[in-house]
Amino acid sequence: MNTRAIFAIVRKDLKVAMQNKGVILPIILLPLILFVFLPWLMAYMPSLANATGTSFSNIDQILARMPTGLLNELSGYTPDQQVTVFMLVYMLAPMFLIMPLMVSSVLAADSFAGEKERKTLEALLYTPTTDRELFTAKLLGGWSTANAVALLSFVVYAIMVNAAGWHSIGRIFFPNWMWIALVVWVTPAVAGLGLVVMVFVSARAQGFQDAYQTGGLVVLPVILLMVGQISGVMYFSLGLVFLVGLVIWIIDMGLLWLASKSFRRSELMTKL
Amino acid sequence: MSTSVIQTSTLTRRFGEMNAVDQLTLEVQAGEIFGFLGHNGAGKTTTVRLLNGVLEPTSGGSHVLGLDPQAEGPALRAKTGVLTETPSLDERLTARDNLSIYADLYNFPRADVHDRVEALLSEFELADRADEKVGGYSKGMKQRLALARALLHKPELLFLDEPTSSLDPVAARHVHILVENLARREGCTVFLCTHNLVEAQRLCDRVAVMEYGRLVALGTPSDLTRQYVKRLDVDLELDPLQMELALQILQGLPDLVVGAPKQEKDVLTLTLSGREAIPELLSVLVRKGVHIYRLAPQEANLEEVYFALHGGTE
Repeated sequence: MNTRAIFAIVRKDLKVAMQNKGVILPIILLPLILFVFLPWLMAYMPSLANATGTSFSNIDQILARMPTGLLNELSGYTPDQQVTVFMLVYMLAPMFLIMPLMVSSVLAADSFAGEKERKTLEALLYTPTTDRELFTAKLLGGWSTANAVALLSFVVYAIMVNAAGWHSIGRIFFPNWMWIALVVWVTPAVAGLGLVVMVFVSARAQGFQDAYQTGGLVVLPVILLMVGQISGVMYFSLGLVFLVGLVIWIIDMGLLWLASKSFRRSELMTKL
Repeated sequence: MSTSVIQTSTLTRRFGEMNAVDQLTLEVQAGEIFGFLGHNGAGKTTTVRLLNGVLEPTSGGSHVLGLDPQAEGPALRAKTGVLTETPSLDERLTARDNLSIYADLYNFPRADVHDRVEALLSEFELADRADEKVGGYSKGMKQRLALARALLHKPELLFLDEPTSSLDPVAARHVHILVENLARREGCTVFLCTHNLVEAQRLCDRVAVMEYGRLVALGTPSDLTRQYVKRLDVDLELDPLQMELALQILQGLPDLVVGAPKQEKDVLTLTLSGREAIPELLSVLVRKGVHIYRLAPQEANLEEVYFALHGGTE
């Protein structure tokens, strides 16, 4: 493997992507909303509800439906604290996965479909890079950036959650082991999923926007996880996080194998 | 002794029912400027892709610089440079970035990258705007930058696909001089795909003419003109007082002179049925007492060859 060529393509793709507003805006705005604004809103929700005299029965109902495991994990907290911890630690956990998924898929859309749209792929195909190097480079840029952004978001989120929940909890309560597993084990897998799905989507897409819109459907499994948790069907325990990660890694490997088989210069050239 | 840098043997590429390249067999010698002529859809770009191992042939094969493009594509592409028909530049990057990234892709010695990039920017008159995004460049500037990028790693074999199609005459002339210097001074072989027959005539040692994927003619420009252009234009300078007599004689030679002669002062321009007509024409005129001061055949050009091959319909 010619690592110098791989990093040159990564550098090129990221430099080009960072000048696309369609790429950069979601990468900035989404973490800002999810990991800065939302924790404060969630943390103050019980206080706001009490202050306005609003019934908090909906949250109580959600908590009442929660699996025993989760109730046990929350048993050390007062009812108000339970709401705060449930919201900040468990409710937002699946939402966190949107971050690596979105960053990797938006970068992959720019790298694969965007390159085709900008008509810059042909020159790249004439270079001495092998098909495998080219494929690796195209994935590596999106994957490493998605993980870096997710890690940074996690650090920011940890600070925000503890700060926002301080008035209610009075101590550092985040992250727990489930979140660490989520970041270390599931996030890279989810970032990989966003990439490989976008490789397939980009092969048929006309351009960046087309690929990004079609590839957006990849967030559906994450939304299902959120719905599952709110409805009390399951909750993000350490075991479930490990299992979710394992399933996604297996899907990744299968899709990656298929994508690498179809990523051939000759095929790409015929579609230019 | 010359060596072949490109050898193809019944090279064929089909797209569905269409033969983009059909049974192409040719050789290109080291150091020559080889013109590859044909109109749109003739198979020129597909041939360049096949010869660089970025497209697989349906049948047949080729060797380029002694390598098999399919099996040894990366090694081959390290030695070739390609200027594609559209510049294929990253327009969101600067000219300097476009070159330095490709220096890494071609594994150009790290220590020499800076000097090489600066030298190319200067040679192609882009140094003043090297740090501007390429999106703001004119077509000609983009084409110059794309050419600089194709030459960055000092290729042994350079493929140029319509290199001057978007350039003004001055910039096109600059490219012609550069291509000639590359081939004549540095021994780089140039495979030039072009519509521009004047360009091919001026630059190429040999040319191949393609039509619908098939090779229809191959040779030096002068060989091809001799082979395909049968008629010959000649300038005939005569005694001005004998002009009327000469025209009368020429009217009586329909087998030798095609169409009506054109007269400009004391020079007649005739279209002869072929080179063979010259001795007989001279003999007749001299026998009838016409004083001939000069007979100058006009060299046929590739344009006439091209039209002859395409039935004069283009």
